[in-house]
Amino acid sequence: MENWLAECTGSFGRILTTFPEGCQIPLREWTNDLLRFLVGQFGWMLDAVSDRLLFLLRYVELSLLRLPWWLVIAAVALVTWHSSRRRWLTVGLVVSLVIVGFFGLWDDTMRTLAIMLVATTLTVAVGIPVGIVMATSPPLRSIINPILDLMQTMPPFVYLIPVVFFFGLGNVAAILAVFIYAVPPIIRLTNLGIRLVDPNTVEAADAFGATGRQILWGVRIPLAMPTIMAGVNQTIMMALAMAVIASMIGARGLGAQVLRGVNNGDVGMGLEAGISIVVLAVILDRVTAAYGARLDPTQAARA
Amino acid sequence: MSRHGAKRAAAAGGGTSRDGGSSGVRGAGRRAESDIEVTGLYKIFGARAKEVLARAQSGVGKDEILAETGQTVGLHDVNLHIKGAETFVVMGLSGSGKSTFVRCVNRLIEPTAGQVMIGGVDVVGLSADEIKALRRTRMSMVFQRFGLLPHRNVLRNVAYGLSVQGVSKEERWERARQWIDVVGLKGYEQMRPSQLSGGMQQRVGLARALCTDPEILLMDEPFSALDPLIRRDMQDELVRLQRELNKTIVFITHDLDEALRLGDRIAILKDGRVVQVGTPEDIITAPADEYIEDFVRDVNRSRVLSAGLAMDPVTALPLDTHPRTAQETLQQERRRFGFVTDEDDQCRGLVLLDDISAAVRRGDRDLAAVVRPDVPTVRAGQHLDELLSIAADSRLPIAVLGERKRLLGALTRRNTLAALAGNWSEGGAMESTDNDPGNGRQASQKPEKRDA
Ligand SMILES: Nc1ncnc2c1ncn2[C@@H]1O[C@H](COP(=O)(O)OP(=O)(O)OP(=O)(O)O)[C@@H](O)[C@H]1O
Ligand SMILES: [Mg+2]
Repeated sequence: MENWLAECTGSFGRILTTFPEGCQIPLREWTNDLLRFLVGQFGWMLDAVSDRLLFLLRYVELSLLRLPWWLVIAAVALVTWHSSRRRWLTVGLVVSLVIVGFFGLWDDTMRTLAIMLVATTLTVAVGIPVGIVMATSPPLRSIINPILDLMQTMPPFVYLIPVVFFFGLGNVAAILAVFIYAVPPIIRLTNLGIRLVDPNTVEAADAFGATGRQILWGVRIPLAMPTIMAGVNQTIMMALAMAVIASMIGARGLGAQVLRGVNNGDVGMGLEAGISIVVLAVILDRVTAAYGARLDPTQAARA
Repeated sequence: MSRHGAKRAAAAGGGTSRDGGSSGVRGAGRRAESDIEVTGLYKIFGARAKEVLARAQSGVGKDEILAETGQTVGLHDVNLHIKGAETFVVMGLSGSGKSTFVRCVNRLIEPTAGQVMIGGVDVVGLSADEIKALRRTRMSMVFQRFGLLPHRNVLRNVAYGLSVQGVSKEERWERARQWIDVVGLKGYEQMRPSQLSGGMQQRVGLARALCTDPEILLMDEPFSALDPLIRRDMQDELVRLQRELNKTIVFITHDLDEALRLGDRIAILKDGRVVQVGTPEDIITAPADEYIEDFVRDVNRSRVLSAGLAMDPVTALPLDTHPRTAQETLQQERRRFGFVTDEDDQCRGLVLLDDISAAVRRGDRDLAAVVRPDVPTVRAGQHLDELLSIAADSRLPIAVLGERKRLLGALTRRNTLAALAGNWSEGGAMESTDNDPGNGRQASQKPEKRDA
């Protein structure tokens, strides 16, 4: 078949059967050169970022580890109750946490919780302002949107490489990987929430002569809060989904336990760590969802 | 005209009751500077508005333009002079351009062409900052779907306009409390809008609009989302408030009854054009075309027509008229009764021809012995619905009085009913050759059809 095609078309036929080799796009070299250049020029900046993050993470992690376990559980119970006012949810979460402790995974759970807290705080702290900027400026929106598309379609392993390249293996790389993975939804939901506020309400503010800034801060953002909180919730969930992947580049905690389970063929260990991740996920999800619902202005304020 | 004057006078007269004390509430006295003069106003929705404008200006109609260019004509050469302190109603069917019109006044919608002069300043030419300043201080708006801020409680909603202005918290809350009180929502200050009924929410909307003490109130179908009883309440409320406040109100509605109840004057829009402007009575009595006739057909006329419009001229007899002279006068004019007046033209009562004849036989020197002072009276500005019960109960004609109780004319059951049925002659009165106070009850059962 191939021969037949080559015979019929002569030397020209080569092009049809194998991809022409002469002209290649050396994206690989370009990228690597660029990265090397960036590290050379901005290494000090990366170090500064890295140091700050590491300091913050250490602080949170040590605090969580040093606190007595029962105090942590009590705090979780209190926050759950405060946010949701649901008795059985609170009881259920407390019991689950106790079980996680009995798995012998308490410290790892606290480490994962610390990474998640720092990573989501970073994500939200960057994501919400970017979302606001995006909502208020159509030109920026058309620039940011494709970047977000790229971030969301790129497989996480692809950006793990440059992250490790810049920050080395370890917790900081893990936090940044989580950030890249989890920041698009909070940006998008903030943007959407702000833009989809009931136009009648915005018109009313406009009719009273409110300035653009007054409308943004006094009307749009407060009314977008439930959507923004849904974004925060999404971010946390995605961050937890990254827990295992993050541990591949050096994050300690539950993800590392899952990895050990995989490497040793220890299904039981993987299951215990997996359950612990789920418990964390449920706690964070329920708490943020409940606070989000409370921010819904169409609901009456509870006494 | 004079009827309208009476309404005006009543409105102005009520203005003093709240003047003392409250900082937010001020009385009358602002007129020309809050006039709204609209000239040659066009709004075309679509990307090629300027091109289409030329076609519209050459007289091509909304439907044709839509068919040819796909662009919508929202307003088509609107010219209106809305006077300070009047309630000006803009009425029309859905899509006729009412919302577009009010929004051109505060430029929530940019007009394509034309002028909107407010107190001599063309709003269309103002910069973005200037128009915002105007919206903050001189005009405010009430919306069909309330447009309340769901995350703020009633107090902070009402104070919103002041907070936009940067007024201090204590002062704006103090003023907001006053207005919450005025619209009858005291005790609800801490509630969220979603906790209130529709009628209460619109009271909040009204209080919010009034709280900045604007000269001009733009109201886009403010009561259309409310059920009929609440709507009546709110209309009464607005009338009551306007009596004290004398704002320039541009009130949008698609409901003719509402327009007639509230409007000092009414403009009717159709396909973005003004088809008629006039007082409620003008609209009812002389609809400009079939479109308006359709509107007017089912309206409750008794609410619009005033005693002054329906009344007949009467024979006025000074109290000291000799009975013989009186008898001759009435016989000449073929009437069976007359009204007795004193030297100030004030009405003293009614005399019947039969009684006068008796007086002539007795040899009386004046009409004092035969005058019946217990004749029912109404003011010329009163609407017929207020006096239907008087008309139905009384066997005597009703005296219609003008200013300082001067006698203007009389209403019988017959001409009351005839006016309600839509028959009257130009000039406001029906000729009456056969007023019949004695047998009025029967006569009124079957009013004759009379063509004016
Ligand atoms: N933003 C817009 N874009 C395009 N066309 C519009 C827009 N707003 C209004 N129109 C058109 O302008 C015309 C007038 O609309 P407008 O909203 O002023 O009518 P209305 O009299 O207020 O009707 P309703 O009683 O339904 O509120 C309609 O034909 C409408 O389709
Ligand atoms: Mg409308």
